[in-house]
Amino acid sequence: MAAAAKEVQSIPGTTIFDGEQSLKGYALNKMCYSFNEATAREEFLKDEDAYCEKFGLNAQQREAIRARNVLQLIEAGGNIYYLAKFAGIFGLNVQDIGAQQTGMSLEDFNAMLVAAGE
Amino acid sequence: MAKIIGGITTSHIPAIGGAIAQGLQEDAYWKPFFDGFPPVHEWLDKMQPDVAVVIYNDHGLNFFLDKLPTFAIGAAAEYQNEDEGWGLKPLAPFAGDTDLSWHLIESLVADEFDITMCQEMLVDHGFTVPMSLLWGHKDKIPVKTIPLAINTVQHPMPSPARCYKLGQALGKALRSYDRDTKVVVIGTGGLSHQLDGERAGFINKKFDLMCMEKIVSDPEALTRYSILDIVREAGAQGAELIMWLTMRGALSDKVSQLHSNYHIPISNTGAGLLLLEDAA
Repeated sequence: MAAAAKEVQSIPGTTIFDGEQSLKGYALNKMCYSFNEATAREEFLKDEDAYCEKFGLNAQQREAIRARNVLQLIEAGGNIYYLAKFAGIFGLNVQDIGAQQTGMSLEDFNAMLVAAGE
Repeated sequence: MAKIIGGITTSHIPAIGGAIAQGLQEDAYWKPFFDGFPPVHEWLDKMQPDVAVVIYNDHGLNFFLDKLPTFAIGAAAEYQNEDEGWGLKPLAPFAGDTDLSWHLIESLVADEFDITMCQEMLVDHGFTVPMSLLWGHKDKIPVKTIPLAINTVQHPMPSPARCYKLGQALGKALRSYDRDTKVVVIGTGGLSHQLDGERAGFINKKFDLMCMEKIVSDPEALTRYSILDIVREAGAQGAELIMWLTMRGALSDKVSQLHSNYHIPISNTGAGLLLLEDAA
């Protein structure tokens, strides 16, 4: 295990994207990286199964994409910067995905951000 | 000889680009953030830099995990953005300065910073948002640019101490350039924020304010943190503090703080701004 991975256990609610995660998530992240291109986003929306197949997603990754679930995507090796491009396809911003991951309503999540400044 | 006229740090949150595009600077949510910039604009108008070295992190536009450099520098005649997956508008290309790029590369590699050299390099919001914040109100951006990208996508990331030393080597390289060029060094990103995981939305005002003070008065104190220390204290993407430290390394040991601003929240982030000059 990488040194970073051991220390991460002391940072709650945080997955350190180290070599182990990167290896695990390579196909998923490569697909999400492709969404930099508008044509790729259109192709995904036209036939999601075929697009995931093209990048060789494993069953866990395919399910996490199907569920549009960010915590599951991270668990499957996803990196947030590439996942943000996936979320962008559905018009979701970082407050939307923050609310999803923390299990809060969008309103409560935004209130938490404001409270951090007080 | 070239002269470093000062350093600027600013957050580079993508939503800022959207707010600029929609003209929301006076909107109640955005005003405390944008109100930080007029003093910086005035300083830039007075100082008239020729070149901006922009230290930022690529968020998966130009680089992927197949080949991911720790440090990379542009050596192109111009740089363009792209939509990044969100349909961002194409901006006018940013002018490069290939002569200075190659001078920096020669000097950095001679000083054992074996930086990746890029003759094609797409620049993302980490680069473009600060450019818009600093010069977007002008008809044309009046500086040439040199993008310097530091990896914060994949661990291991370079340590704060290493980035500070890179900044020192960058400063030495700039000062040894034999043309009369005025350079501003810009470090973008930060401060505390976390986008991913159950801890998404984490912001640490106390740590941010400490960093903003120490980066002026005692930057070496910040170089004693590890990346994971910063992730713990400032959130997963708070690691972008290393861009600020690289900028600071390029300046002199003693600097004067001409201006600062800090506001929570902009998007999920504690947004910071600093304007520094070498102390007389």
